[in-house]
This record gives sequence, C-alpha cells and structure tokens, in this order.
Amino acid sequence: MNHEEVNPVPVKRKYFTPGVIVLVIIALNGLVFLMGRFFFGLGAVTNLNNQYPWGLWIGVDVAAGVALAAGGFTTAALGHVMHREEYHAVVRPALLTALLGYTFVATGVFVDIGRWYFIWHPLIMWNGSSALFEVGICVMIYLTVLYIEFIPVITERFIGKVNLPGFLSRMNKIVDKILRLVDNALAKTMFIFIIAGVVLSTLHQSSLGTLMVIAGPKMHPLWQTPILPLLFLLSAISVGFPMVIFESLLASRSLGLKPEMHVLSKLGSMIAPLLGVYLAFKLGDMFIRETFVYLKEFNTASMMFTIELLFGVIIPLRMLLSQKVLRSPLFLFIASALVVFGVLLNRINNFVVAYTPPYSTQSYFPSFGEISVTVGFIAMLVLLYRFFVINFPVISLPGLKPAQPTKYTIKGATK
Amino acid sequence: MSGKSRRDFLKTSVVIGAGVAGLSTSTTKAAPKNILSEDRMGVLVDTTVCVGCRNCEWACKEAHELPAGDLQSYEDKSVFKQKRRPGIEALTVVNEYSSGKNSNLPVDVKVQCMHCDHPACVSACIVGAFSKQENGSVIWDTDKCIGCRYCMAACPFQVPAFEYNKAINPLIMKCDFCFNRTAEGKLPACVSICPVEALTYGPRTELVKIGRERIKRNPDKYVDHIFGEHEVGGTSWMYLSSKNFAELEFPKLGTNPAPGVSESIQHGIFAYFVPPVSLYALLGGIMWIAKHRKELDQEEKS
Repeated sequence: MNHEEVNPVPVKRKYFTPGVIVLVIIALNGLVFLMGRFFFGLGAVTNLNNQYPWGLWIGVDVAAGVALAAGGFTTAALGHVMHREEYHAVVRPALLTALLGYTFVATGVFVDIGRWYFIWHPLIMWNGSSALFEVGICVMIYLTVLYIEFIPVITERFIGKVNLPGFLSRMNKIVDKILRLVDNALAKTMFIFIIAGVVLSTLHQSSLGTLMVIAGPKMHPLWQTPILPLLFLLSAISVGFPMVIFESLLASRSLGLKPEMHVLSKLGSMIAPLLGVYLAFKLGDMFIRETFVYLKEFNTASMMFTIELLFGVIIPLRMLLSQKVLRSPLFLFIASALVVFGVLLNRINNFVVAYTPPYSTQSYFPSFGEISVTVGFIAMLVLLYRFFVINFPVISLPGLKPAQPTKYTIKGATK
Repeated sequence: MSGKSRRDFLKTSVVIGAGVAGLSTSTTKAAPKNILSEDRMGVLVDTTVCVGCRNCEWACKEAHELPAGDLQSYEDKSVFKQKRRPGIEALTVVNEYSSGKNSNLPVDVKVQCMHCDHPACVSACIVGAFSKQENGSVIWDTDKCIGCRYCMAACPFQVPAFEYNKAINPLIMKCDFCFNRTAEGKLPACVSICPVEALTYGPRTELVKIGRERIKRNPDKYVDHIFGEHEVGGTSWMYLSSKNFAELEFPKLGTNPAPGVSESIQHGIFAYFVPPVSLYALLGGIMWIAKHRKELDQEEKS
C-alpha cells in the first residue's frame, strides 16, 4: 500500500493576491445588499413577490449549494466507508468544501426566511409531513456532523504547538491536553459520525427533490415528476466527484501546486457510470411520462432543459469515457466543470425556471441585489477556503513524510 | 477481541436506532392539527347571483383591521379593468368577467382562500404553523411561522401573501374564514354583508346538496359542476357558475388532495425511520468488511 500521498499540511502562501482583493470587493458588495435586506425587508433587495415566493437565493444558495457540497459525503463514502485509502488525499479538501458549502447554505436560508430570528423553530416545532422540515433538520444535524468531522484538522494543527500569548501561556499545557483528549476520543468514535454524515446526506439530498413535488401543476412537466427525490439524489451523487476535481484543480492552480492527477484521474473515471445512471433515470422518466412533447415547443423551459441535459450531462459523460480526457488536467477540468454547471442549472431550473404560478402577471428575474448577495457568498466561501488551506492541514503535498494510515475505522476492525 | 468489538458496534447501532425510533413517536404527536370534521362549515358562492358590489371586500378589511376606506368608494367599477389577487392589503377580491354571448351582464367572482379539506399549506409548513380547524377553516399561527414562504410555493390556488416590505415580523396574509367571528357565533364578515345572498354559509355537506339542487332546477343556467366539491380533494369554499370555470380563471386541478404524492414520498422515506436506520447499518457493515478485508490482505502478505 502506498501511503506517500496522504500527508495534509498547511500550504504556506501569502494570503492577499490581486485575485483575492477582487474577491474581497465582491464579498463586501454582497454584504451591503445583505444589510439592506435586514434593515428594509426582503422586498427592498429582491424581486420576489406573491407570485414568485422563491427565487435565486433558494435556487442557488440553498438548493445548488447543498448539491455542490455533495463532494463531502461521496468522498467520505469512498475513502472511509469503502475504505479506499488511495483517495484519502481528496477527502479533507472535500470535507472543507462541504463544511463551508453547508455553512453558506444555512446562511442562505437565514437570509431568505422572513423571520430569521425564528430559524430555530423547526427544532421544537415539528411537521413530519413537510419535506422542508426534513431538509431543515437533516441539514442542521449534518452541519454539526461536518464540524465534528473537521475538529481533527484543528487539533492536528495545534497539538504540541499550543502557544497562547501573555499570561494565557500558563494554560498551554492544559489546552494541549484537552486537544489530545478530544483528538483521541474522536479518533475512536469518528466512524459513527462518518456513517451518519453519509446517511444524512442521502436523506436530505433526496428530500430536497421532494420539496417541489407539492407545487404540483405549478411546476413545468419537464421537471415535475414523482421521482424528483431520486433524480436529486442521483445527480448529487454524480456531482460529488466532479466538484472535488473542479475545486482541486482550481486550488492547485491558485496555490501553485502540482495537480494530483493520479488521484483525480481515478476519481474522474468513476463519474461516467454515476452520470450514466442519472441520465438513464432522467430520460426514462421523460419517456414514461411522455414529456418529450414539450421539447418540441420553443420556449425558455424547453431551452433550459435541453442545455441542462446536453451540456450538463451528455457531453461531459461522453468526455469522461475517454482516457485522454481523464489524463489531461485541462480536459478533466472542463468535463468536471460541465457536470457542476449541469447540476447548478438543474437546481435553478427546478426551483425557479420550472415554477409558473397560475396567476402570473410578470416573470421573475433576480434583482441586482439578489445576484450581489449570491455572488458575494461564493466569494466569501473561496476566501475562507483559502484561509483554511493556508493555515490548517487540509491539502496533501506529496512526498514529504510517510503518512499515517487511515485514522477513522470501526473500532473492532483495528487490533 | 474483534468479536467483542463487533458486538460493541452492534450495540452502538441499536442505541442509535432506538434513539431515532423514540423521536419518530414524538413526530406524530407534533404534527400540526389537521382535522376533517363531518360538520365542517363552508361557503357556496353563486357567481350567477353576485353583482360585483365589492361590499365583501370592505367588510373583510374592516373585520381584519386592514385599512378599508369608505364603503362608497367600492362602487368604483374601474378596478375590474385588471384582474386582481388577494394580497396583503385585501384578503378577498372580486374580479369581473364578460359573460359572453347570452347576456350583457358580467360574471363576478369573489376570490379568497378556498380552505381545502387537505390543504397543501398545512402539509408543507416547516413548523406546522398552518392548521385545518374543526369548523373547516385553515388558519395560520403567527407565533410559529419562520417566513420561509413554502406555503406560497405549495398552494395550488396561489393564495397566501407575504409582507415583503417588513424587516421585522412580516406576516403571511390570507383569508382565515373569520375564525374569530365564527367562534363567537357570528357569520364570516363577507357572508354577513353580502346584499344579494350570493354567499351561502353552512355545513359543507349541506352546501353540496344545495348546489346540486340549484343545478338540477336550472340546468340551462348553470354548468353542471360545483367547483371545489372534488378539486384537490374538496374545498370548504365552493362555486357555482354559468360559465366554464376555466374561462373564469379557476385553475385546472385534479381530484387528488393537493399535498399529493409529496406526503407519500416523505412518509415512505421515513417509514418509522426504518430506511435511514437500515442504511446506517448497511454502511456500517460495508465499512467493517472493507477494513477487515484490507487487514487480512496485509496479514497474508506479511
């Protein structure tokens, strides 16, 4: 077994670059509009109205955010549950992306709901028949699980290096001891959280699809189907690895590291079958419900559906079947980016494009404020990601020291 | 050694399973009130009788402490130029449609919450802020609502409205079937003011009989359909009309309850937490086997 590659270390880089400063400006712009939302209400910043109660924030910040954070549970399932140690190098970056992604999903919900100060209500006021309740509870628990899964990254960074300033330095030893204790306790129980994370993900990824089922005839038949939860789950599973590849290649470019192609190519080779299953169900559903008739009409819905399917599923599927694509960082990046784009568009289509209220007098298009907030959130996410990989052991640099074998296993299996 | 630990693992799974199973019983208790009483009340709207005086709009605003203005101002017919929807300023509105070739008299249609027998909003609401009450009304609890607006996405009649321009305590606004007035034995405000008795308030089962009777007596006048008798599983408010309901902009809906398959899916995925717990156990098993096999391989090699 070759463990050489699994060696996460903080990547020493300067934080501020011209690109980072641009991101900071975009993030600040988003914060300005966010303040407007909290001071003057949703109507002041968004184009939402009684016809279109949900818009860009639910479609992208929440629905697409959850889907694109699927790299966390898919790599956890591959690396830890199926115990494929060769993929451990990508587990931590994926975990960090999922953690930041879900944090922004929660923030997105917080911003979008009219009474943000009641966001804790679902914890004590339950409605078992509501798909949204299920999504809400699962996301809350999963977010907690993600934070727990991330704790070892923090403890690893500080164990043996605790150095508190001034009079607090007396506490160094105790803090170190606590960190070791936490690390040790988590190492033994982590398998519980890892499996819980995968289960919670499959639950809410699918329930996110159930959300719009209740909108019934208000949703365009190209998307409205009782198997929406299955389609959401399958697309989330198939976008997990592309998202990891997409983000890994971007990060190595930005941090000036050598792309980990040996892992990424292998990950890439698994996308096509997953995407194929998704495509089969999507097409099967279309033929069983005979919704292909709507593709003959030329309108926004049929166009968006075609783009989603062609560029988001079929083309990347074909690309990823080729060995040449899998071995080339550029083509692998393009193919992965297309899958990511396809799922992003699918969520926008499901929650925004497909939704046509019976008494609609105007159509919905997000306002500048809504777009600013969404783009600002994405900028903040990238900035936080950069902060973490620079300061904490997330990204694996090959060939520094032999890494320890997998840490989190079921208690009984290690002797 | 490994056998003992396997038991440990099983024990953990059982504890987790029992924990979630415990949760599931409280879920059912915590489900929102959704009563379908035999004696639930309703209103039969006869659009052939309505004269479009809009007094009901005024009375509704008065009863719900919304700015109502002068009753005289409601004689202004120019509002009919546009089709209006219930919103945060008015919980009910009257729209006017031309009646077509037979008569010069227009057809007026009062619009408000239909108070479904199987409401999508009650099923959808994340915190169970909506409830179907014994008297048939579907009402909303301001203390629970988090303002997510899922009820608006779910409602097949596009009824709930939201106060988008309030930063603090925005309300979901919709007809509450004058829940407070009827509790005191009064009629709903719109029913009590209607000068031509276009609105008949009574037990829903009676209203269906009355509606059928009217259609039977005047088969030329009415289309043979009570809108709301079967739509989305039945509604408390029902309509009679001389015109095809589609021409009066009633949504085309099936007879299945509005929450439809969404509840079946939801309860299927969660059937007493069996599927999630089984998945948990399955993944645990896979994890154990994967790790164990790897170790056997390594032992063989060494």
